[in-house]
Amino acid sequence: MNDASMSYTAAFQQGVREEMLLNDSIFIVGTDLYERGGHWAQAKGLGPEFGRNRVKDTPISEAAMVAAGVGAAMSGTRPIIDLNFIDFAYGAMDEIANQAAKIRYMWGRPVPLLIRATSGVALAGPQHNNSMEMLFASIPGLAVVTPATPRDVKGLVKSALRSEDPVIFLMHKKLTGVKGEVGGSNDLVPIGSAHRARQGQDVTIISHSFGTVTAMEAAATLSKSGIEADVIDLRTIYPLDEEAVLASVRRTGRVVILDEAPRFGSLANQVAAIILDKAFWYLDEGIKVITAPQSPVPHSPELVAAIVPSEVDVVAAARALVASR
Amino acid sequence: MDKADPPSAQDWDFPSEEELVDWLGEMIVIRRFEEQADALSLKGMIPGGIHPAIGQEAVAVGVMHALQQSDVVAGSHRSHHHALAKGLSPKRVMAELYGRSSGVAGGRGGSMHLADFDLGLWGSNGIVGGGLGIALGAALGAKQLGLDRIAVGFFGDGGANTGRVWEFVNLAVAWTLPLISICENNLYAVETESAAVTGGVSVAERAAGFGLPSEQVDGQDVLAIFEATSRAVERARAGTGPSFLEMLTYRFKGHNTGEVGRYRSDEEIALWRDSRDPIERLSARLQGAGALPPERLLELETRAHDIVQDATKFAEDSKCSDPSTAADNVSVWNNWKGHAQ
Repeated sequence: MNDASMSYTAAFQQGVREEMLLNDSIFIVGTDLYERGGHWAQAKGLGPEFGRNRVKDTPISEAAMVAAGVGAAMSGTRPIIDLNFIDFAYGAMDEIANQAAKIRYMWGRPVPLLIRATSGVALAGPQHNNSMEMLFASIPGLAVVTPATPRDVKGLVKSALRSEDPVIFLMHKKLTGVKGEVGGSNDLVPIGSAHRARQGQDVTIISHSFGTVTAMEAAATLSKSGIEADVIDLRTIYPLDEEAVLASVRRTGRVVILDEAPRFGSLANQVAAIILDKAFWYLDEGIKVITAPQSPVPHSPELVAAIVPSEVDVVAAARALVASR
Repeated sequence: MDKADPPSAQDWDFPSEEELVDWLGEMIVIRRFEEQADALSLKGMIPGGIHPAIGQEAVAVGVMHALQQSDVVAGSHRSHHHALAKGLSPKRVMAELYGRSSGVAGGRGGSMHLADFDLGLWGSNGIVGGGLGIALGAALGAKQLGLDRIAVGFFGDGGANTGRVWEFVNLAVAWTLPLISICENNLYAVETESAAVTGGVSVAERAAGFGLPSEQVDGQDVLAIFEATSRAVERARAGTGPSFLEMLTYRFKGHNTGEVGRYRSDEEIALWRDSRDPIERLSARLQGAGALPPERLLELETRAHDIVQDATKFAEDSKCSDPSTAADNVSVWNNWKGHAQ
């Protein structure tokens, strides 16, 4: 067991490095990786350690990067395609949605491809802050993971590098430097497993990625006034751990879902639909869904704050649910 | 290739006349298969229609004879000729067009998604330029794994106006990958004359700007195709990198079955059919050389007829896949029940 404190981004590097040492067929492809180690230091040091055959710098050609990864994965290698910002995946959507995601279905050929990118709402304006997890999660054939902690980054990337099918691996900008303990080289976090980040009996708060941080802050505030929240960090968007969600709903009967994406077509609405379908009779109150409005993400920090759901929103929603007890 | 060989040493043999007769037979099988599939599609027997490759047979046959079976080919939406020339069974291809369980993809793919990994066909592809991307990746995979395998990606003049095709060509050059990009320029992107929507001198000239050997080839001359491809194969196997070939060809039928085409003149179609038919040209050449007596040609035709009839009967006698399996094997996670840790 390795309990050293490590950053979210270093946890990715460590998980990849351990798997690269175990499996010669893993290689990483992307921009500015070899020398710089990627724009988030997510591949720092891998270039000199593994050489240019396994750490490949590319032109800014997202379609070619993903296409090369798809065919190489079909060949029996395990490519990691690093798209830097997930927003740049729009330039490779055919390769992701029409090729990678459908090859097993059509031809029975596994495509063990990992696509990593930095995601989430932070600064840098409308074209670098798209919430795309549901776009990918709605494409049959893809898995989408959105870890919130260094431990989950490392454990999930190790699982992804041992899986047979394409995984979209989304790392939130605002978590990049967050530190925490990570597991050892044999500690895998299964894709498709949520994490009960906090135990409580009064209200369930469901979120993922940076939203889990907000949810935990809200839970701490609520606890001061005697309200104990059960916090579910989904960790994987697809396949969604429905059982973890439903078990929490059965415990509390009150649900807040927090999602920084625009509401229409959001994960929050999807989770609400699942709860209404499968745990309606356990609900004591209507579900509170907290999302961004149907808007791009602006540049000005003041305007961003007006869009992104906050701890205050979560606390207010939870209090409103519990007040009706 | 033995590393001691000088780079100029030719690593392939020209086909004998007897071998060329076999190639002619393969082209005739493709022609008759496509005529049958086109007719069946018009009769409603083939769901969704097809894109017949009638007129483009020489490209597929000439290219495949320059490859090993273990080499990878990825095709386009018009790829029956690639599949048959790569060695896929006409029965199982026809069954796939019918959507039957005995088809090469069990009825999941159809006309635009033919594949057989044992034979090196890594799929035809419904997205313009998409097959070249798969071939790019196969070339990368071969290089990463140290395999003596090269990859060929087919696309059309339509594909030559997509951005992705040039991203793929550029990366293959940058990484010295064993990729051969083949543009089957049949002059029309669906119903649009490519010359009217394409800048530059030619597709091959455009490719040359990416810094790789690039040439135009008479796509109706199976030997010219074989020779040009063989040169590209030799470069790829020697590790000197990718090549680009623009095959000047023509589809005698429309873009898709049943198309009411008003965008090509009757004179133009007649010109290609009457004087640039790849089968007629090879046939005349062999007859001129005394290598194709009339009874041998009749044999080839009879054999092609029988193969196509057998394929059709096989498809019609085959069952559909079990409908309860329609959403099976999408991904390893689809049956995930979930659990919290």
